[in-house]
Amino acid sequence: MTSVDEIPVQVVGQHGNVRPILNEIMHALDRLLESDEPTIIDLAGLPFAPGELEELEATLGTGELTAELDALGSSRIRETAYPGVWWLEHRNAHNEVVGRYLEITRTPEILSSQEADIVAGRARLEDRIE
Amino acid sequence: MKRTPTVGEILRAKGVSRRGFLKYCATTASLLALPPAMIPRIARAIENARRPSVIWLSFQECTGCTESLTRSASPTVEGLIFDAISLDYHHTLQAASGEQAEAARHAAMEENDGGYLVLVDGSIPTGNPGFSTIAGISNRDMLMDTVKGAAAVVAIGSCAAFGGIPGANPNPTGAVSVSELVKDKPVVNVPGCPPIAMVMTAVLTQFLTFGQLPELDKFGRPLAFFGKTIHDRCYRRPFYEQGKFAESFDDEGAKAGWCLYKLGCKGPTTYNACATVKWNSGTSFPIESGHPCLGCSEPGFWDKGGFYQPLSTGHFGSGAKLAGAAAAGVALGVAAAAAGRRRQAKITKEA
Repeated sequence: MTSVDEIPVQVVGQHGNVRPILNEIMHALDRLLESDEPTIIDLAGLPFAPGELEELEATLGTGELTAELDALGSSRIRETAYPGVWWLEHRNAHNEVVGRYLEITRTPEILSSQEADIVAGRARLEDRIE
Repeated sequence: MKRTPTVGEILRAKGVSRRGFLKYCATTASLLALPPAMIPRIARAIENARRPSVIWLSFQECTGCTESLTRSASPTVEGLIFDAISLDYHHTLQAASGEQAEAARHAAMEENDGGYLVLVDGSIPTGNPGFSTIAGISNRDMLMDTVKGAAAVVAIGSCAAFGGIPGANPNPTGAVSVSELVKDKPVVNVPGCPPIAMVMTAVLTQFLTFGQLPELDKFGRPLAFFGKTIHDRCYRRPFYEQGKFAESFDDEGAKAGWCLYKLGCKGPTTYNACATVKWNSGTSFPIESGHPCLGCSEPGFWDKGGFYQPLSTGHFGSGAKLAGAAAAGVALGVAAAAAGRRRQAKITKEA
């Protein structure tokens, strides 16, 4: 055995920490539809029993769009099977998970090209042309 | 004071994109236990924040706190050192030693007079000064000399915060906490044996981001992390409410992941963030691994009876604290308490 991942873990029992989050997501979708107000749920702040995070991820499933971001480590931005519900996972340069979020929005802000990057990119293009 | 670059300038110089910066801010909000809606404000603050000088003093300690810090995943300790703070003195991590190290400490104090942070791990002996010295200087003299020009002091770990194991009965060195000696500077306590790495880095990040120290509880601990008990945030809490308890470490209840209250869990009277922030890059925390909480972030935890004695046997904390902890599920708590006393009596009898 060379890593903790090889230790067999048997998940038993139901702790009931997933259902309240599903309810919270439904309320957030209502807000998005009624007032276009987005919601971010920081999964690091919630108590999960072993296996419950995986249960939540499996329940939400995978939708039509998945994006990979390479900035200060990798990030995965995936729309779940429920449109408007996005699963974001940020990793650091050592590939360790540093943040998991659910964004209930039309498009997560981090997917948009950012003003400062557009300005810097335009300057680089101008240098290349001259 | 020398002009130091802002964190925004440092990140841009490293070629970090705005998207990367937003990601950095999102994880910082999470680290500070702030709502995600605060991310734009955090971005503005970090853009203009300047790296504070940090002097880390180690006294009567076991280096466990530094071991914990170096396992911080967000931010990593190297990220924190190179991007967010200027760590100018730390016995274990610095390359310099002897006179060079002491010269670095004095240089940092002079260049950043009034603005640097002092981090302390370990308690301070007040008995014979020779009990613990560095470069021939007693711990007490080094602490009092170093904090003179500090903006604030952060006591890292239960030894620095409350005296810890060196201060436990019979306290042979006369060990005291930082706050028992430093009275004219703000002192933040980040207890734990060791403290969670992310809680340590969060206090530094909060100071860096907003130029102020976090809101504290009555023991000087940041409320964002020490505002709720382990029990409040424990994923096994539903079993406490249902009266489902493990009676031994190998019974069916333990295997089913039931509440560890009757095996001595101090979660109901212990304020810390282990249940949500967790350890080892968010892998787990003691209760998740099947072991009761020891209550290591509470004052005097070492002298509060056996780790495996249920709270209800009365060795840990006051009756008032216990009553508060058992506010929910009172009937079940009372039943568990009675069972715990019976079990304790049985253990005592057998012994």
